[in-house]
Formats: sequence, C-alpha cells, structure tokens
Amino acid sequence: MLHIVNKSPQERSTLESCLRVARPGSALLLIEDAVYAATRGNAAAEKVREAAQALKVYALAPDLEARGMKDAAMSEVTLVDYGGFVDLVAGHAVVQSWL
Amino acid sequence: MKFGLMVSTGPYTHQASDTAFQFAKAALARGHEIQRVFFYHDGVNNATKLTEPPQDDRHIVNRWSKLAAEHKIDLVVCIAAALRRGIKDEVLANGFRISGLGQLVDSGIKADRLVVFGD
Amino acid sequence: MMTDEIPGDEPAGPPGGKVKKFMFVNRKAPYGTIYALEGLEVVLISAAFSQDVSMVFLDDGVYELVKGQQTKGIEIKNFSPTYRALDGYDVEKLYVERESLDARGLTEANLIVPVQVLSAMEMGELMQQQDVIIGF
Repeated sequence: MLHIVNKSPQERSTLESCLRVARPGSALLLIEDAVYAATRGNAAAEKVREAAQALKVYALAPDLEARGMKDAAMSEVTLVDYGGFVDLVAGHAVVQSWL
Repeated sequence: MKFGLMVSTGPYTHQASDTAFQFAKAALARGHEIQRVFFYHDGVNNATKLTEPPQDDRHIVNRWSKLAAEHKIDLVVCIAAALRRGIKDEVLANGFRISGLGQLVDSGIKADRLVVFGD
Repeated sequence: MMTDEIPGDEPAGPPGGKVKKFMFVNRKAPYGTIYALEGLEVVLISAAFSQDVSMVFLDDGVYELVKGQQTKGIEIKNFSPTYRALDGYDVEKLYVERESLDARGLTEANLIVPVQVLSAMEMGELMQQQDVIIGF
C-alpha cells in the first residue's frame, strides 16, 4: 500500500497519523509541504528515520527543489520525480492520500 | 493503466491542483490513460473561465483545458459542490462538464487507481 | 437525501462488474470546514452503486459523530442525524480508531451511531484490503 502525505509535520499532525496507521512494508510518499519532513535536522526527522526501517520512504524531488531543500534530504529517503510518483501509484494496488 | 484523479482544492491557494496536473502529465508521458479528473469541494473553482492570473503565472484552468483537449480527458465538476460555489455551465472553461457525484464513484470503479489531490 | 438526482448519472456498479471495496476516510471536524458534509454526500451516492462501502473516522473526524450537536447558533445545518440514516442506505461499516477517541477524551458512548472501534494497527490492516480510498 502507498500512503501519500502533503502536510508539513510542524503544521499538522497528518504525518504522525499516517505513521501510526501504516503497516510495515508499506510505502510512504512525501509531497508538497510534507517534503520538509524528509530534511535533515527537522523536528520530525527522527520519526521519519525510524519509520524508514519499516516503510519505504519517498519524497517528491521537484517539491524539495522548489523549496530550496533538496540538498537537505535525508539519506533514508528516496527522491522521485513526477514520473516516479506515477510509478509508485501504478506499483501499489492501494493508494491513500492523507488529506 | 487507467488513472482516475480527484482534485479537492481550488487553484492557486493550494498546490494540489498543480500536483494533480503534473501527475497527469507524467502519467500520460508514461503511456497511461487519465480516465477522468473529478473536481470536488473547492476544486470546482478550477473550472471557471473567468480566471485571470497575472501574465507571468501559469494559467491553471487553461492548462487543464489544453491537456483535456490533447488527450481526450474527461474533466468533471461536481454539480452539488459547483452550485454551492457559483460555478455553472455559463462559466465553464473548455473541456469541463458538470455532472453528479456518481461520476466520482464511477471513476473509482472503472479506473485501476483513484488518486486524490487536496488539502 | 442531500444530493440532487442527476439524469444520465446511472450507477455503473454490478451486475456484471466486480464489486470494489471503497473506503471513505474522514479526518476532519464538522462545521469548521465543509469536508465532513461533502464527504457524507459522496458516501450516500456511493450506496447506489452496489459497492462494498466502509466509512472510517480518524483524528478530528471522530468529532463528526459526537452526540448533541446544536448548530442553531452558527446557522449551519446540523448534518449529524444523517449518520444515523446511513443504515438505510446499506452503509453499515463504520469504523472509528480507538487512539483518536482516546486522544479526544471520547468513548463510544459519546457517539451518535453504533460503530466498530479498531486500533490503529487494525485500521492499517483494513486499509490495505481496500480497492479505492477517498479521504476528505
């Protein structure tokens, strides 16, 4: 299953809820303001690092780039472009956007 | 693969409509089909031809119209959500049509994946 | 009940086609935003398509089900009685996450309809079994 989160972890608790519910082996894609969660030194970094042990964690590179944060991306997170986003959706039978 | 998309935020305020558009473009580039884009909640505001962004900004509405024309994509605006927000046939941009919520469920049934973009 | 009948909008569900599992995820409180109400409208429509429908209440979404809502003072329609009508639409699978209730000082006794309370883990398992997940 693919979970998609688009909120900054410091503004909303969406990422936290997603991580509480997501089962091991799932994939997590961070897009839009959620990409801040994938950057080194942010308050949620430890949570993301921990989650990356049970989940495959991805972040949308164009969103990191747009926000000037691409170089800060954590090594535990795999960067994808929009084509990679499409592949992730195609590759998972169940997809949930955490709005 | 057939993708159905749902967009639930208006243009410009939130990035969701942009992300949905980039997703659609990338999916088409990979040979997938966009079966329908369903606009719900404030997403219905993506459909008005009265939209006039500054010259140096992207035109979110026209961009959807153009993509729909090039790839025969069904752009559906939810009637209940649209009427609530003053979106009617007379303000619809090219390629958009107003229809019922059933079109969203129908998309979920017919598409291989339904992806939601919103706030 | 709240959504207009649209000509040419006939359900495309069975017979013939495969029944899909639809899960509607409600994570937002009522009234502050329209998501809960418009989400409910989708659920009611989906009932006409003979699919396997479930509704999930997580995080602030559990506030949608709280008993005793009185909206006269804010002049917004109180749609909470509609949750009790879901049964009549054959929408019988209502799931609430225990952690979300606990975090809000709520119990099942505070809710307007009977629900099944699941742990976060059980909720995650249930999500994985779906075909279509729509969140509001």
